[in-house]
Amino acid sequence: MKLSERARNTPPSGIRRFFELAEEMDDVISLGVGEPDFSAPWKARAAAIHSLERGRTSYTTNRGMLELREAIADHVPRYGLDYDPESEILVTTGASEAVDLALRALVDPGDAVAVQSPAYISYGPGVRFSGGDPLPVSTRAENDFVMTADDLERAGAADAEVLMICYPNNPTGATASADDLAEIAAFAREHDLTVLADEIYAGLTYEGEHTSIATLPGMRERTVVINGFSKAYAMTGLRLGYALGPSEAVDAMNRIHQYTMLSAPTTAQYAALEALEACQDDVEEMRTQYDRRRRFVISRFQDMGLDCFKATGAFYAFPEAPYDDEQFAEDLLQSEGVAVVPGRVFGEEGHGHLRVSYATGMSDLKAAMNRIERFVAECERGRAET
Amino acid sequence: MADKLELLDLLLEDARESTDTIARQLGCDESEVESMIAELEGDGAILGYQPVVDWSRVETDHVAAEVELNLELDRETKYADVAGRITKFDEVTALRLVSGDYDFDVTVEGDSMRDVSMFVSEQIAPIPEVTQTVTHFVMNTYKNRGLEFIDSDDDDRLSISP
Repeated sequence: MKLSERARNTPPSGIRRFFELAEEMDDVISLGVGEPDFSAPWKARAAAIHSLERGRTSYTTNRGMLELREAIADHVPRYGLDYDPESEILVTTGASEAVDLALRALVDPGDAVAVQSPAYISYGPGVRFSGGDPLPVSTRAENDFVMTADDLERAGAADAEVLMICYPNNPTGATASADDLAEIAAFAREHDLTVLADEIYAGLTYEGEHTSIATLPGMRERTVVINGFSKAYAMTGLRLGYALGPSEAVDAMNRIHQYTMLSAPTTAQYAALEALEACQDDVEEMRTQYDRRRRFVISRFQDMGLDCFKATGAFYAFPEAPYDDEQFAEDLLQSEGVAVVPGRVFGEEGHGHLRVSYATGMSDLKAAMNRIERFVAECERGRAET
Repeated sequence: MADKLELLDLLLEDARESTDTIARQLGCDESEVESMIAELEGDGAILGYQPVVDWSRVETDHVAAEVELNLELDRETKYADVAGRITKFDEVTALRLVSGDYDFDVTVEGDSMRDVSMFVSEQIAPIPEVTQTVTHFVMNTYKNRGLEFIDSDDDDRLSISP
């Protein structure tokens, strides 16, 4: 079969090889997982089951059930956001669909799209699928992976049409304060960039409150905010996200969505509605658990002598690897049975780092950290001998 | 200063956790955790530490019953006086005063149904203030102290995901 150039030019994801290696081995503790170890809150699951029992298995309106959009509109003011459920909110099949729709609605062929790096692996390919050219904006470890005007300048983002940012960040766990975002916002206003803000980890912020860039002066009209239920509500497999933006952007996204997706999964919409209305305690409990694990993991890395910046969001630590990140991750997997993801998978600036997910129960996490400690100590002994 | 409630929360999850790991999770010094635990124990806020046992997986006979007790008190006798007598029995592992149709909710544990029945009829029922006993033998336990006794689902997530 003749395949499209687009398909042929899309490389397999960099985590594929690690996935295959890890799957072949027994007794692997994986800290390579990008999703919660919790199941969706029981009340949300029960609401989904109840909706199925009542036979709610039809499509919903393209934009998603109005009741759900209203619940979202009632939920986001906690981040200082205010959107009209009728015209400024679109419910999507995971935040991933929202990212795809936003890019297709905002990017013309040949447009440069400045993309934060390191970041989630789908952004670059997503930009290409929309016909745009991804322009990586490297954030730096010495700035705790917070994007600066200097980073944007150096990347040549002034000529881009769209800027994609993601805070709290996968893979680094970095968050951006209102002051940090003000610098990015000023650059976006000065160079007339539309901002696509993936805030899927907003609910998992551990020090201070999450700030959305859309709340800064002059930014609401040029920003599409993306969020969803996967991370904070532990609903990855239910595939439900949403986009918030000015009505012209949401209209445009909905025009594509109505042909490609029709509507987000109905069962998941019922679960999400219940999640917003009745599961905030569950979210807070999960956040507390992640926060404790975060402090545990980072302090263990620091005691091992690995440079590990103090991640304040999502559920990832991003320590420096003792040597080449890919080789180290492979050696660690082979000799200790602990899977982590080499930082380079997430972009240029990820080189030399490891993404360590702490979305794993404490007993596995303790065992994994002990194994890593042993392995790092062995590496150091080996190095001292040679 | 780490929070005592947060420390209690962690101990309730796993009281055998090392103070080193607890300190890392709370973001404080190990010595601080130790002194907070000593304080909680000293104040009588923490009375002890026990495992949650699924007796069906231990090769021994073990029977538990929930016993409802109704009391009739007089001017000189209070609930606490009667409770003081009942709590002295080792067979009684829990005793609570509850609202509703009966007064005391008693958990009795023993090696056999006969042991438990005998204990209730010979030791509890004769207490002068006790007017009625209703014994419910526990037939199965599905959850206790926040822990599910049913095999929980394995982690079915992909081992590596973006």
